[in-house]
Amino acid sequence: MSSAEPNHTVDLSSREAEAECIRRILAGEKHLFHDLIRPCERAVYLFLLSLLRNESEAEEAAQETAIKAYLNLHLFRGEAQFRTWVISIARNEGLLRLRKQGARREDSLDEQVEEAGGDFTPAVLTSWRDVPADVLERKEVAQLLRDAIAGLPAIYRNVVLLRDIEEMDVRQTAEALNLSESAVKVRLHRARALLQRSLAPKLKGVAPRRKGLFGWSQ
Amino acid sequence: MRIDCNHVWEHISAYIDGEVDAELRAEIDLHLETCEICSAVLDSTRNVVILMADDRVFELQAGFSERLHARLDKEFGTEPKKV
Repeated sequence: MSSAEPNHTVDLSSREAEAECIRRILAGEKHLFHDLIRPCERAVYLFLLSLLRNESEAEEAAQETAIKAYLNLHLFRGEAQFRTWVISIARNEGLLRLRKQGARREDSLDEQVEEAGGDFTPAVLTSWRDVPADVLERKEVAQLLRDAIAGLPAIYRNVVLLRDIEEMDVRQTAEALNLSESAVKVRLHRARALLQRSLAPKLKGVAPRRKGLFGWSQ
Repeated sequence: MRIDCNHVWEHISAYIDGEVDAELRAEIDLHLETCEICSAVLDSTRNVVILMADDRVFELQAGFSERLHARLDKEFGTEPKKV
């Protein structure tokens, strides 16, 4: 069971409302921090899971991130969205843990090299065009997606996580990962190409074959 | 000038995100009208993007949120809020 939908008791619908909430927390209404962090917690956890590849460590790091965000809230200047700021704290927390583990180079987010190699040519197929709305009710499909994402090089995995899974925009993703916007776009493009290449041949079977050989309606 | 398949693939991600300029978009659209391969590559890439955005792909572990907020309460030095 996933956790229950949050009951927001404060308005966070705009940057102004978010700033007002932060002002109240700093003025002493610290319980409001629960509402402020709640919309960020999924992104923080998935980001750390992607980085650390271990559920319990990602959870611990997510808690640590939330506490650091609370303790450093007075440093938040509102130049970025709160969520972007929190993700950048999560990134630092994750990198710190990776360094402590003596991480392999492949998993370093500091790696600025764009040439990770790899073939970005798409899988050519002509029969998978529709996504049936209920396809993800099939657990093996969600697992295929998770496996494909886990199989991406780290520098692509983190971009795809923020852009396509958490649906942050290019600017927010760039800010959270301390990358240029053009680097985000390049990495996203390559990540999607790699995912299309690995997933399309496996997933085309899950779509109903309603259309003709080349996907055209008859 | 007609663009080729490789050129379309290079811009497919930006095309999906609506980040190509009008001229390039028109060229890609024209190419897609007649190229079934690129058309299928575009559709499948878009499908992957749509599927990834679904919350059911990654679900949080049971109790994750409760544990996180309990830890925060401990940090605040307050009792957890009763749900």
